[in-house]
Amino acid sequence: MSARLVVPSALRASAGGAHEVTVEGATLRAVLDDLAVRLPVLERRIRDEQGALRPHVLVFVDGMMVQRSAGTEIPVPEGCEVLVAPAVSGG
Amino acid sequence: MAEAVVLVGTRKGLLIARSDGQRRRWDVDPMQFGNKEVSAVAVDARRSTPRILAGLSFGHFGTTVAYSDDLGRTWSEPEQAPIAFPESTGATLARVWQLHVPPESQPDVVYAGVEPHALFRSDDGGLSFSLVQGYWDIPDRTQWMPGGGGACLHTVLTRAEDPRWLMAVMSTGGAYRSEDGGATWVRANRGIQQAYAPEDQRFPEFNQCVHKVAFHPSRPDRLFAQNHFGVYRSENAGDSWTAIENGLPSNFGFPIVVHPDNPDMLFNFPLEADMNRIPPSGRCAVYRSMDAGESWHASAAGLPGDTYYSSVLRDAMSVDNGSPAGVYFGTRLGEVYASIDCGESWSAVASHLPDVLSVRAAVVS
Repeated sequence: MSARLVVPSALRASAGGAHEVTVEGATLRAVLDDLAVRLPVLERRIRDEQGALRPHVLVFVDGMMVQRSAGTEIPVPEGCEVLVAPAVSGG
Repeated sequence: MAEAVVLVGTRKGLLIARSDGQRRRWDVDPMQFGNKEVSAVAVDARRSTPRILAGLSFGHFGTTVAYSDDLGRTWSEPEQAPIAFPESTGATLARVWQLHVPPESQPDVVYAGVEPHALFRSDDGGLSFSLVQGYWDIPDRTQWMPGGGGACLHTVLTRAEDPRWLMAVMSTGGAYRSEDGGATWVRANRGIQQAYAPEDQRFPEFNQCVHKVAFHPSRPDRLFAQNHFGVYRSENAGDSWTAIENGLPSNFGFPIVVHPDNPDMLFNFPLEADMNRIPPSGRCAVYRSMDAGESWHASAAGLPGDTYYSSVLRDAMSVDNGSPAGVYFGTRLGEVYASIDCGESWSAVASHLPDVLSVRAAVVS
């Protein structure tokens, strides 16, 4: 299954300037694992070396914000949008 | 023709000042890595083509190390994370506090001191690092604490004549020494006070908040430390320390460096106190010792004469390899000063920058 990962402007340099990237995987973890192969620098901006989403990175799957407590084993439907965004941390 | 560079890592980007070998007039490149925290910089002049390394924090998006093989004109980041904690540690990299380039006898070796307290080693010139497991396994680790800036390993020392000798220094945690390439470590803090501890616990074996340690390569057993309240000298590679504060207006501060041309010449930047981190009497002054710390005097010619309330962080004072050697420091007001005459006078390299975290300088051919 494939999804469209939307890259925030702050990370586009790590994606060769792309606004979005096609990634494969049935779960968010699988999608990010695939991203780690395709664009490893971009992936490690999103997840830390222990595989967790970075604390101030938000991910939306088909418009629904991924709750940190849910981890990354959440389904990613075929063709959906995975949106990555920096949290508005600190005001 | 020789080119001099001063690398200035700031809270919001990297600035590079360039000059010729005389180092009288500086031109500052446009900022690079804008809005990234450049917490550590290094020049690897051992290589036929000098390499610059920079520890970068992206705020929301983690921390990495970038490198340049054209003196900072273009930069690259390795595909794989240069520094990453192994899964077994459960730790994640928060910040690179120190990028240390050992002497030429250890080509391609680079050490990184990071937060949380850990030491990493590279054998490929800083492109990929591995955790120094022996340091991670020091049993004292459970009692180390974060200093005000974080749980940082901020200083690494190495020797030309013995690649197995290492010293790593933390806030807090103190200084530790290895003589087997990092496999095992001993505490090296005897005589350094922990001023904020109860009186009967002022001189512990470890956990002091040592802010910086420096030495001269010609006198490797003689170390100098700027502590959180206390300036010290060791004559035995850190087995014991004695205070050297005669003439200093305060024994609190962050940086300390040794002049490359004179192993008895030291520089630091005293601050009033931990709870009042401004220069004593509101006067911008480096302090210099010409006798290995037996006495200290202000070295302020050319520095701002007005009332001054800024400070110098631990990695923001450095020396170069020029002839004569230069001494440099950057302030939290975003100024960088240089002295090419052993501290007799100072002149501005750059100003109006973001607050300065790390300064390194080199003269390269």
